[in-house]
Amino acid sequence: MSDTDRVVTVPIGPQHPALKEPESFMVDLRGEKIDAVRMRFGYNHRGIEKGAESRSYTQDLYLVERVCGICSYSHSTAFVQAVEEIGGLELPRRAKYIRTLIAELERIHSHLLWLGVAGHEIGFDTLLMYTWRDREQVMILLAKLTGNRVNYGMNTLGGVRRDIAPEMYPEILRVVDLLEERTKNYIDLAQTEQTLIQRLSNVGRLSREDALRLGTVGPTARASGVDRDVRRDDPYAAYPEVSFKVVIDDHCDVYGRTVVRLGELLETYSIIRQLIKNMPDGPITIKAPRRIPEGEAVSRYEAPRGEDVHYVRGNGTEKPERVKVRAPTLANFSSVSKMLEDGYLADLPIVIAAIDPCFSCTDRMVELRDGVSRDSRSLTWEEVSRMGVQWYRDRGIDPSRITIPGACG
Amino acid sequence: MSDTPSPAGAAPAAEPGPAPITGPIVGIAEELRTRFSLPQTALKLQRATRLWVDVDQAGFLALFDHVVKGMGFSILCTITGLDLGTDLGLIYHMARDGGIMVNVKTRVPKGKTHPSVTPWFPGAAIYEREVEDLLGASFDGRPDMPRYPLPEDWPQGDYPLLKDWKPRAESEGAAAAPAAAPSAGAASPAEKGAAPNV
Repeated sequence: MSDTDRVVTVPIGPQHPALKEPESFMVDLRGEKIDAVRMRFGYNHRGIEKGAESRSYTQDLYLVERVCGICSYSHSTAFVQAVEEIGGLELPRRAKYIRTLIAELERIHSHLLWLGVAGHEIGFDTLLMYTWRDREQVMILLAKLTGNRVNYGMNTLGGVRRDIAPEMYPEILRVVDLLEERTKNYIDLAQTEQTLIQRLSNVGRLSREDALRLGTVGPTARASGVDRDVRRDDPYAAYPEVSFKVVIDDHCDVYGRTVVRLGELLETYSIIRQLIKNMPDGPITIKAPRRIPEGEAVSRYEAPRGEDVHYVRGNGTEKPERVKVRAPTLANFSSVSKMLEDGYLADLPIVIAAIDPCFSCTDRMVELRDGVSRDSRSLTWEEVSRMGVQWYRDRGIDPSRITIPGACG
Repeated sequence: MSDTPSPAGAAPAAEPGPAPITGPIVGIAEELRTRFSLPQTALKLQRATRLWVDVDQAGFLALFDHVVKGMGFSILCTITGLDLGTDLGLIYHMARDGGIMVNVKTRVPKGKTHPSVTPWFPGAAIYEREVEDLLGASFDGRPDMPRYPLPEDWPQGDYPLLKDWKPRAESEGAAAAPAAAPSAGAASPAEKGAAPNV
C-alpha cells in the first residue's frame, strides 16, 4: 500500500491486548507512521478524593494507599506527610528512616517490574522472566517487613505502625547485595546487547525542551536530561540524611529511560545500605490527635514513576475538607502523544510502557468489596506460598525445583 | 532574581511557630507583596519551601505571569479545585528547581469563567479539564479535549466534587457503569461464581 496520503484512524483500547489497564488511544496513521494520537483516560475513576472527604484521616490513609497497586506506599506517604504538616507533627527519626527504607524497596520492585514489562513489549520475554524472578526477592522481603507485598499499611499519623527488628537488617542487606549483582548484569546487557539497544534507540523521542515544556516528571524526564528529583530538591523523610546521585541521561528515547531506571536501582541499593548502617534507635511513632486543625499543606514525593503530589485541607474535624492527588502518570500524559508522533505504530506499546504508566493512579479509583461476604480465613506466608505451588501442580506444572531463598517451596 | 530578603520590608508574619523561616522564599514573598500590593494576610510562609499567595481573580493573571516568567517557577505541579460555597477555589501549585513551591490561590464565583493557563503550560489542559469535570469550573481558552475523568455519558451540570453532591444508587442512572465487558483472557474460571465487581 502506497497510500500514505490517506489517514486511517485505528482505535486502540480502552480494552486491548497491548494495554495493561484501560485507556483509549485513537491513532491517526499514514501508512505505518503515526500522524496524531488522541488519548482518553478516566476508565478507572473511582472517586477516591470524594470518598476521602467522608472518612477519617486514619481511614483515608488506607483508602489513599489503594490509589495504586505498585506505588501504594508513595500515595500513602505523600498523603500522610501533608496531614502531618497541617497537624504540626514532627516524626521520630527512626520513623523517617523506616519510611525511606520502605519507599526505596518499593522503587526496586517498581523498576524491576518495569524492566520486565519493557522486555515483554519488545518481544524479549527472557528479560521479563529474569527480572520478575529477581523482583520476587524484594516482594518477599517487603512481605516479611510489612506483612504484605503491596499496600503495606506501614504508615500511621505521626510515624509507622511496625518496627523493623535489627535481626532483619542482614536479610535486607542480603537481598540488596543479590539484586545489585543482578542489576549490574542488566546494565551490562543494556550496554552490549545490540538487539536491545537498537530496538529501543530513537524510539519514543522526547527532547529536553519538550520535557520541560510539557511538565514531564520522573525517570521519563530525567532520560531527557531534566535534572529533577524531589528526593534531592525538596527532601522529605530521611532523604536529607542520605547521599545519592540523581541519574540523568541525554538519549531522550526509550533506551535512555531504560538506562535511567537501571542507574536509579544502583543508587537505591546504596541508599538502603546507608539507611541500615545509620538506622537510629528510638520510638517509631508519636501520638497524633484525631482532629486535625484547619489548614492546608501540599506534599511532594518522588514515586518510582515521578513526582506524586498530594494536597490536603483540614477543617478542624476528624475528616479532611479536601484531598487532591496528582499522580505522575497524569503529569506525563501530554508527553506521550509527543513521543508517539512521527513514530511507527509497532512502537506504540513500548513507547506507552516506557513512561511506566499507571492509569489507576491517574484515575484514582479503588475496588472495594463488601467485607461481610469475604472469607475471613487468614493464611501465613508459607501457606500462601504452598497454595500457589499446589495450584500449579494441580495443572501439571511443577515449580518445586525452583528455589527462592526465603520462600518455602 | 531577587532572592535576598528586602531589608526594609518586614517578612510576612509567620504563624507563631518554632523557628523563623529564612532563605530565598522570604524574598519571593516580599517581592510578590510589594509588586502586587498584596495585604500581609494574603501571604503565608509555611516553611522554607512552601509559600501560599492569595490573589483576587482580577489580579490573578498578572501575578501568575510574573511567578512563571519573572521568578522562574516553570513547573506547574497541578491545579486543585475547591468548593468554597458561592465561589470555587483554585490553587496553582507551582515549583522551580531548588524545591521551592509557590501555591497561588484565587477564587472564582460559581458559573463564571477563569482564564486558562495553557498558554504558559500546555500540559495544564488535563488539570483544567479535571476541575471542569469534577467541580464545574470553566476555563477560557483551554484547547478542546475529551472529558476527563468522568465518562462521556455523565449528565451535564452534575459535578461530584461539589460539597452538596451525594452519591446516588446505580438504579438512578447517572453513575451507572456500563455492563462490564468480559475480559479477554481465559483468566480465572474459578471466579465465575463471584458477582462482577462493578
